[in-house]
Amino acid sequence: MNWRFYKLALSMTHIEAIGRQLALKGYSADYVEVRLEESQTSRITYRGRELESIGKTSAIGGNVRALVRGGWGFVSFNNLDKLPGTVELAVKQAQFVGNEESQLAPVEPVVDTVSSQEKNPVAMPLAEKKQLLDEYNDIIWHTPRLQTSIISYDDSHKKVIFLNSSGSYIEQERSGITLRLTAVATEGSEVQQVGLNLGSSGDFSQIKGLHHQIEQMAQRAVELLSAPQVKGGEYTVVLDPVLAGVFVHEAFGHLSEADFVYENDRLREIMVLGKKFGGAELNIVDTATIPGLRGSYKYDDEGVPATKTYLIWEGKLVGRLHSRETAAKMKEKPTGNARAINYRYPPIVRMTNTYIEPRAASFDDIISDIKEGVYAKNWYGGMTSMEMFTFSAGEACMIRNGKLAETLRPVVLTGNVFTTLNNIDAIGNDLEMNQGGGCGKGVQSPLPVANGSPHIRIHHCLVGGR
Amino acid sequence: MENILTQAKRVAEEAEVFTVSSEETPVQFEANRLKHIQSKQSTSVALRIIRQGKIGYATTTELGDTQNLVNNAVETAQFGMTARFELPSLTAYPKVDIFDPDVESIPVEEMVKLGEELITTVRGHTSDIVCEAGVTKSLISVHIINSRGGQANYKESIFSLGIEGHLIRDTDMLFVGESQSSCHPLLEPKAVAEVVLQQLELAKNRASIPTKSVPVIFTPMGVACALIPPLMTAFNGKIVLEGASPIGSKLGQPVFDEKLWLWDDSTLAYRPESRPCDDEGIPSQRTPLIEKGTVANFLYDLQTAALAHTRSTGNGSRNRGGLPAPAPSAFIIAPGNTTFDEMVNDIKEGLVVEYLMGATQGNILGGDFSGNVLLGYKVESGKIVGRVKDTMVSGNVYQLLKQITAIGSDVKWVGSFLNTPSIYCPSLSVASK
Ligand SMILES: [Zn+2]
Repeated sequence: MNWRFYKLALSMTHIEAIGRQLALKGYSADYVEVRLEESQTSRITYRGRELESIGKTSAIGGNVRALVRGGWGFVSFNNLDKLPGTVELAVKQAQFVGNEESQLAPVEPVVDTVSSQEKNPVAMPLAEKKQLLDEYNDIIWHTPRLQTSIISYDDSHKKVIFLNSSGSYIEQERSGITLRLTAVATEGSEVQQVGLNLGSSGDFSQIKGLHHQIEQMAQRAVELLSAPQVKGGEYTVVLDPVLAGVFVHEAFGHLSEADFVYENDRLREIMVLGKKFGGAELNIVDTATIPGLRGSYKYDDEGVPATKTYLIWEGKLVGRLHSRETAAKMKEKPTGNARAINYRYPPIVRMTNTYIEPRAASFDDIISDIKEGVYAKNWYGGMTSMEMFTFSAGEACMIRNGKLAETLRPVVLTGNVFTTLNNIDAIGNDLEMNQGGGCGKGVQSPLPVANGSPHIRIHHCLVGGR
Repeated sequence: MENILTQAKRVAEEAEVFTVSSEETPVQFEANRLKHIQSKQSTSVALRIIRQGKIGYATTTELGDTQNLVNNAVETAQFGMTARFELPSLTAYPKVDIFDPDVESIPVEEMVKLGEELITTVRGHTSDIVCEAGVTKSLISVHIINSRGGQANYKESIFSLGIEGHLIRDTDMLFVGESQSSCHPLLEPKAVAEVVLQQLELAKNRASIPTKSVPVIFTPMGVACALIPPLMTAFNGKIVLEGASPIGSKLGQPVFDEKLWLWDDSTLAYRPESRPCDDEGIPSQRTPLIEKGTVANFLYDLQTAALAHTRSTGNGSRNRGGLPAPAPSAFIIAPGNTTFDEMVNDIKEGLVVEYLMGATQGNILGGDFSGNVLLGYKVESGKIVGRVKDTMVSGNVYQLLKQITAIGSDVKWVGSFLNTPSIYCPSLSVASK
């Protein structure tokens, strides 16, 4: 073991200074990588009339990941002084685990510096952020019969340094903003809530000027108090772009993550490329290459360049999302989808910005021939177990004889990936991306992603209700 | 730490420094074999100050960077909420045993063996199942000091053992799983595997249930998925104070079936959610929440308690590193005297709900839940006949728990946050394909 490490004379733990001095060649490992991260966040929450909490955080930390004969070792830390010993520990762990051949898809080493496209939102004066939130909270509180409001605003800025034993050295900066607003209306022991989730990759102006939307949101919470619950059963369902985005993420996105599939022979048979999942109009894409979206980046957390990946093309499975390891083991090309929420976790296969491509149908075309159906909008959440998935709408109404009819309480929809995508029989022309979501997988949550879709129609969709 | 407190006191009337450091060693198995050994060290410091009567807050992972931490706290205090509480002075804490030195000394080799045994046992029952397993040991130490002389210090050990099995037949997928945790080492993987084997047995056959209302048994896991999330919200003192809890105005009133008793308890020996004091240095306690169906208490931290003119119940929690806010520690539901088999025998046509997916995505505040029965069984003429699929159930927690047919004698820990028996309710809406 003839590793080299130059300990810094500086006591300052500046990640650039450390990263540039670190050499990862010469360890008895098939592969070693180090990620170092510096981050700042600020967070403001309101519960009710008043600001509830405001805080700022700063963090510095890193990790080492090593691969030996197919086994992985991983060490994360806040204390950067012990870095050389940490590399050895990760290698030793990997040696203990490994007993086969290491497989990583080849990637050209990259040396690059990527600075953030946006201003650092954490550095903006807190007063400016608070003023906007005060305005939004006032609107909610001016709505008659409204009980309370919940608002949470988060922003972050981080710098990540990635280096590996193949000679890559990448510095990347990223920013993010999320804003969640909830209006709560009550009557007796009835409680109803409506929420709005927004986000941006650091541009504060994208969460400005929402006054009218927030006013509508608060009014809807009050309306729900007198709305009926849908009768449970199968319906023709129309999803708005926000909810259809959640649908595509849950119904198909997670199943296309290759780490679910690559070591499971049965799943590999089921998820064979070319298999038909939907109709000829259906195209599903995941890409981190669109500037300004929360799921975008230039390189993933294994230093692989971002790509645009068609998951479904004309209804057929044509691709999936990979890390270097899953790509090698499935003999496919790496897609740059290995991501970690922060330095405490190793990268795993994740989505970025996932959407259904638009087609020709207008909203009227989509609903005009529905006798009785459900129009489901907005987003509460979604979950998947691969085969089965659920996603819930924040708002809903009945569709009767081709027209939008009475408002319903929020609905939960469920489906089966092998039938539901096939049941999509209309795709709209109005693609919109939603930036308010965060994705969870295992313990790594929330990861910034964006989802999108035009309006879509699904027949025979199971809706829960009483 | 003392040094942060000293600097903070120069610019603020009151200050509190909370430090937590942890060392965690997860051993992970994927696709039936050992895949990953990890070791995670982390330290963070949180500073809360009261400056000109207002609360300021900042955290950092850099112990050396005191000035930046204090500056950030001062900056946020300009806009912070007015502090209504007093930090606790030096307090005596209950003795709560949560540290077992044996956890630290378990070698990684033995953790690997435990995981292997877990997987071998499950695959011995069903050879084509694909398992993921995890064996983790953690050591956590917490240190709190404040400007009123309050001080708390404790160490905790946690050991956990879990497995998830994934069985595919054609395009049908079955998920089974179990995990257990304790402050002691868990050296009996058979006990964890046994739960999974039982799930596999019950799910062997398929059954279907029509769209209608039927009697339902929530197993402990089912209780955790469907019924507990709304209750955890409803008993939160902050939600009560805002007027958004459906039971907020019902203190002392019978809201639930009189068979139902519920506590929040952070004093149970060797349980991962236990501790001598909460994250503000308030002594831990056992707080009755439902007594004989009647709403008995809500959960408070210092600030919320002061606003509500009551006392903290020792539930101040710094979830996700933020300011303390009320949060449950562990919910305990008292067992009844009906066995699980007796409940099943009582049902002509009904459902056993073991795992509900998506149940927390609805109007939790109002108590509504709706989810896909990811793991659940059909009951016919007093017998479990098979697993149901493509089935959704919907209900409202307050309506369901108003009239309970029976509470089981089969108490069990679900994760580390809930100890509950099965609960048998007369009617739940089912929608199926
Ligand atoms: Zn997700």
